[in-house]
Amino acid sequence: MIEAPKRSLPGMGMARGLWVTIYTMVKTIFLPGKHLATVNYPVVKETPVPRARGVIALDQEACTVCMLCARQCPDWCIYIEGHKEEKEPDKPGGRIKVRNTLDRFDIDYALCMYCGICVEVCPFDALFWSPEYEYSESNMGGMLHDMDRLQDWLLTVPENPALEK
Amino acid sequence: MTSFLTDLFSNFWVSLAGKLLIVALMIPLVGMVIGFAEMKLSAKMQARVGPYFAGGRWGWAQLIADGVKFFQKEDLIPAEADRPVFKLAPVLVLVSTVALLVVIPFGPDLIFRDLSVGVFFALAISSLSTIGILMAGWSSANKYSLMGGLRAAGQLIAYELPLVLAVVGAVILAETMSMAGIVEAQVSAGYPFVIFQFVGFAVFMIAALAELTRIPFDMPIAESELVMGYLTEYSGFRFLFFFLAEFANMFTLSAIAVTLFLGGWWLPGIPDDVLAYAGPLILVAKTFLLVFIMIWFRWTFPRFREDQLQSLAWKVLVPLALANIAITAVFKVVLG
Amino acid sequence: MVLDQDLVRHLSESSVSVELETEDMTLNIGPQHPSTHGVLRLVARVDGERAFDVQPVIGYMHRGYEKLAEVRSYPQITTLVNRIDWVSGYANEVPFIVAAEKLLEIEVPERAQYIRLILTEMARISSHLVFMASYPLELGAPTPLFFALRERERVLDLLEGVTGGRFHPNFNRIGGVKPAYGSGSSTRKVIQDLPAGFLAETRDAMDKVTVAVDEINSLVAGNEIILARTKGVGVLPPEVAASYGVSGPNLRASGVGFDLRKVEDYLPYHLFDFEVPVGENGDCWDRWHVRLLEIRQSVRIIQQAIDGIPSGPLQAKVPKVIKVPKGETYVRAENPKGEMGYYLVSNGAQGPYRLKIRSASFSNISILPWILEGVLIPDIIAIMGSLDFVLGDVDR
Repeated sequence: MIEAPKRSLPGMGMARGLWVTIYTMVKTIFLPGKHLATVNYPVVKETPVPRARGVIALDQEACTVCMLCARQCPDWCIYIEGHKEEKEPDKPGGRIKVRNTLDRFDIDYALCMYCGICVEVCPFDALFWSPEYEYSESNMGGMLHDMDRLQDWLLTVPENPALEK
Repeated sequence: MTSFLTDLFSNFWVSLAGKLLIVALMIPLVGMVIGFAEMKLSAKMQARVGPYFAGGRWGWAQLIADGVKFFQKEDLIPAEADRPVFKLAPVLVLVSTVALLVVIPFGPDLIFRDLSVGVFFALAISSLSTIGILMAGWSSANKYSLMGGLRAAGQLIAYELPLVLAVVGAVILAETMSMAGIVEAQVSAGYPFVIFQFVGFAVFMIAALAELTRIPFDMPIAESELVMGYLTEYSGFRFLFFFLAEFANMFTLSAIAVTLFLGGWWLPGIPDDVLAYAGPLILVAKTFLLVFIMIWFRWTFPRFREDQLQSLAWKVLVPLALANIAITAVFKVVLG
Repeated sequence: MVLDQDLVRHLSESSVSVELETEDMTLNIGPQHPSTHGVLRLVARVDGERAFDVQPVIGYMHRGYEKLAEVRSYPQITTLVNRIDWVSGYANEVPFIVAAEKLLEIEVPERAQYIRLILTEMARISSHLVFMASYPLELGAPTPLFFALRERERVLDLLEGVTGGRFHPNFNRIGGVKPAYGSGSSTRKVIQDLPAGFLAETRDAMDKVTVAVDEINSLVAGNEIILARTKGVGVLPPEVAASYGVSGPNLRASGVGFDLRKVEDYLPYHLFDFEVPVGENGDCWDRWHVRLLEIRQSVRIIQQAIDGIPSGPLQAKVPKVIKVPKGETYVRAENPKGEMGYYLVSNGAQGPYRLKIRSASFSNISILPWILEGVLIPDIIAIMGSLDFVLGDVDR
């Protein structure tokens, strides 16, 4: 199935290679931006697709501290602490409602594998994916995103893309 | 004003100082310009942008920034290296490049020193760099550098022969060994020697690529095998010397090729008084054309293995060059 | 492998002496080296430029996958497993999930199987494009790197559009592919099917990949220097290849026409029409050319799959908490690097009892001492590059 390279004049293979290189050079100089192999970041930024796994956003109101995400994480990089709060009953003599409230919800992005298991198993629509990727830090401590920072990422969560028919 | 300058420069010491200054400045300048050209051209050949941020949108200050960066690096010498040899090697390589500039005719009367054996001097001096490379490879106390240095020694010595023999054809046609005399011979003959010496020109260019250890002949450096060959242990301004020397050597060897084969500072149809000013520009333009071809070859081809390299030199290039000499000599005797 | 005393002495040599030994020299290639595809160390005894005893030392990248798998559940292991051969991420997950599905005896829906097949073939194209980029770079030609990686970006963007991850898709689930965004009341309704425009973009990307592969082919394959560097270099006879357990394109380049896609049924390859490229001589040039032809065949498969993709659910009916029943099974698949197999032993828990991973590159580089006998040092680099292994796959 493999065909041997065609017998041609000695030097034709090298000449063809030279042609490809000079053709690429002329195309790149005179038709800029058309077929560059690289993107001139940060002057030009590519927008990632909506489903790209960039960062995880948290909706604190929806979280019930069920700990499923922390348990299912392969790296155990989610740190959750919560406490039970009692709310006054609606009517006098009614049941006291007990609500789990978050004290601490940290995701350590230095450990996170971006696998998405936490988003997938959350039964209360509290975790979402966002394609933001520019959050690098110069020290490792900054890679631990706390509750409020995760809440802020919620603003960058895109609409779900339309599906193929 | 002009008479003051003419009187000033007719003083031997002033003109000597001026010439030294020009030669000393030319090498870094030429090195940086060609280095920048290589970065940008290689980027365009690979569908990239190239240097962009240093110096506006064009990145022309990239090599200046690199030069400053290299200068302020720590001077690392391996503990077991042979210190005097290690320090002397880059100097030797750079000196051989600088000395080549002396015999290149930039215009009808613009040559630093018109030696009557200019060609001989040029070829002899350019082979000094071989010793420098071998010194670098040996003194680095590193097996990879040693292998690179030994490969370099073999390759550079092997390619000296085609380099020298290819030139003999042009010397026969010009009947003189002085570089300015060869250009004058092409001017009076009315055609550049490459028309009859195309074999010699091709052999010279291939041998020049091998002398510069550029791809496709860069076994001594062989970045993907020997990490940098004989240059592995060099960092900081010593590496800068090697780096600049390579680019400046591209310029000087191409300038020699232009002088010997392509007519030097002469273009047919331009009157003599314009040539006095336009001569250097024409020479530089032709040299940059050859430098562009060298860059083009570097970014297209892979590298030869050293036994293929050696067989190319001894079995192909040397017989071709010898045949070229024989045929040229016969034609010269028969046709006068 | 029993190490003889001379070799032990050479291996423990830590200082570099400046005096030249007149006999052979021990040269350490790696572990940090531009061309060893990772942290592979080759201890080579060389005589001048000729190496006559090369011993690979591996294990610098051992991450303990099989031990990690003992304490994790199936979805967590799916995440880990696509980091074994990180160049072709998706292809590592498929045989593992198929092994679990075999023990559960679940039927995977048609659409899920088609999606798995399309993504696996894209992973194969991605891996072979990396080979096309890095192999000429090792031989000295720096330009095909950018052409190949530019095309690989298109394929990776397609993968990202469907799965969310370029290299580590984590898209397989037991019973099919990932069905929904999450488990909450509203996220459960967001189906993770192919996004709009995927089919058209894939057709476009496949055309561009074909054009680029032809361009790289004309830049590289006819080049006399490449032919001189790779023809006749590193010849691997088919009997030796089969006896060492070499698989994948390396085996097929030696003349053995064995492709697991035609033999096994982990994915519905029997529905598609494609050829298996087989080489003749088993040298480096054949290994390059087989991979180039495999890219073209993968493009062909993807085009057929896209034209015929059925509709349907993305995952079979599985309980919320999956416990795989007791049993053991071995599933092998045709990964881009070779044959990858998972031997799964389950005792009814949420994770496997024991997972043994048979990786392709580990067996492929077992041939290095045999094939690198008496070759020149530049040829060592050329041969290692043509075997196309990744250290993550070797060491796991």
